[in-house]
Amino acid sequence: MIDLMTEMVSYPFMVRALVAGILISLCASVLGVTLVLKRYSMIGDGLSHVGFGALAIAAALNMAPLAVAIPIVIAAAIILLRLTESSKIKGDAAIAVFSTGALAIGVTIVSLTTGMNADLYSYMFGSILAMSMSDVVLSVVLSILVLILYVFLYEKIFAVTFDETFARATGTKTGFYNMAIAVLTAVTVVLGMKMMGAMLISSLIIFPGLTAMRICKSFKSVIFCAVAVSVISFVIGITVSYVYATPAGASIVIVDIILFALFSIAGWIRSGFKR
Amino acid sequence: MALLTCDNVSFAYEDQIVAKQLSFQINEGDYLCIVGENGTGKSTLIKGLLGLKKPYKGTITTADGLRATEIGYVPQQTAAQKDFPASVYEVVLSGCLNSRGLLPGYSKADREKAMKQMQLLGIEELKYKSYRDLSGGQQRRVLLARSLCATKKMLLLDEPMTGLDPVAVAEFYQLLWKLNKNHKITIVMVSHDIREAIEHADYMLHLSHEEYFFGKTEEYKTSNIGRKFWGGLDND
Ligand SMILES: Nc1ncnc2c1ncn2[C@@H]1O[C@H](COP(=O)(O)OP(=O)(O)O)[C@@H](O)[C@H]1O
Ligand SMILES: [Mg+2]
Repeated sequence: MIDLMTEMVSYPFMVRALVAGILISLCASVLGVTLVLKRYSMIGDGLSHVGFGALAIAAALNMAPLAVAIPIVIAAAIILLRLTESSKIKGDAAIAVFSTGALAIGVTIVSLTTGMNADLYSYMFGSILAMSMSDVVLSVVLSILVLILYVFLYEKIFAVTFDETFARATGTKTGFYNMAIAVLTAVTVVLGMKMMGAMLISSLIIFPGLTAMRICKSFKSVIFCAVAVSVISFVIGITVSYVYATPAGASIVIVDIILFALFSIAGWIRSGFKR
Repeated sequence: MALLTCDNVSFAYEDQIVAKQLSFQINEGDYLCIVGENGTGKSTLIKGLLGLKKPYKGTITTADGLRATEIGYVPQQTAAQKDFPASVYEVVLSGCLNSRGLLPGYSKADREKAMKQMQLLGIEELKYKSYRDLSGGQQRRVLLARSLCATKKMLLLDEPMTGLDPVAVAEFYQLLWKLNKNHKITIVMVSHDIREAIEHADYMLHLSHEEYFFGKTEEYKTSNIGRKFWGGLDND
């Protein structure tokens, strides 16, 4: 086990993947708790597909992928949030329209231009080899920014998550905090896509919070537990991916599923004993 | 002194007008109950008083010194909240947020205020319990404690008794009475139980699709609309 770990960190690409991955997992899990509780889980999924479309455009125009994807996905997050709130189109339908639309545009652009090149393939299904040094630097800087903002806004985010109407009625600028959550989520999704793949990034956001909620009783403990679950499943998943050469994203999601099952059983046993 | 004045206020959603041309005043220390059938605009009016919904016509004026950050609100409970993983203390404390501005965290004074409200409502032993594990009555008390953290002046409650058993309802009325009489908190409550409302409130606002009544509870009992609804109840 120790041998395996030392072997893994002797490869620079693994160190890059681990550093960036752990930070992105942290961001995804704290934001995910709020998204799940606000019934916004599908926004993460929608955004990842928009991200894929944006990357296809960037590849076609020969531009820096993240520089194109981040602003597009942030814009999509803001629009999705507005649509969800205005309730003219039902929120879930709006997200489905966005995500399939973006995917279709992305696939069409790719087939018209380069054909499926390796970069786009890795964006779809993720790869631990994909993280370049500049990706890592960007991921580290942005993740730290996301975490600092989250800590700074923690009480407000709790209030807006638990009861938006009350928060608004008593003078909290809920629109602003919703926007902050959406923007932070958009940034996290784009950063995580390269490793997890556009198809699977939303699981990084949704699973840890959902798993933590099986047993935790306070919001703070849900957050800490989600962070732990997220980092553990990332490290185990990426180790599996390294050893068996499986796609990183899929391996991480499988670990997530196992942890979710274990926590569900634990929560179920606990509530069973109480009755 | 009038805390809130509604002058000819109407509300509208895209296609329909609800609550037509209401005029009334709420003074400091009043206990007002809003009654009426479903769909007559009671919740809409509460949202209007809170500043969450703009009136379509007319004006709502608030006295100086009654800002949004000084009103407490107990909303109709949403399904999502019932299984929310948060401790009672976290929920109550979040009521203090409106006096914090942009500062992160809570002050010592905020924590003490939250503890005081929990003691007042008899939920201090539930401090570390999870909100989702509480009974309906306990959850209501938690939401009331949270709203008391947000105000010293005025509480707006929207059908806070829904889904409570009769004992819990009686206890809840007792609490509101205490807050109104001993702590001088102005109370505006939507209630679907006219009998209980008449028993406790000083003023009544009855909304119906055609007309409305606003006045002292004594006057309400003898008014046309009051006799129709309350008298009718009394006979069976
Ligand atoms: N968000 C909304 N959009 C459109 N119509 C609404 C909305 N909320 C309430 N209404 C309508 O306004 C009327 C009054 O609703 P409401 O204020 O909730 O009544 P009450 O609380 O007295 O039952 C109802 O006919 C309802 O259908
Ligand atoms: Mg209502």
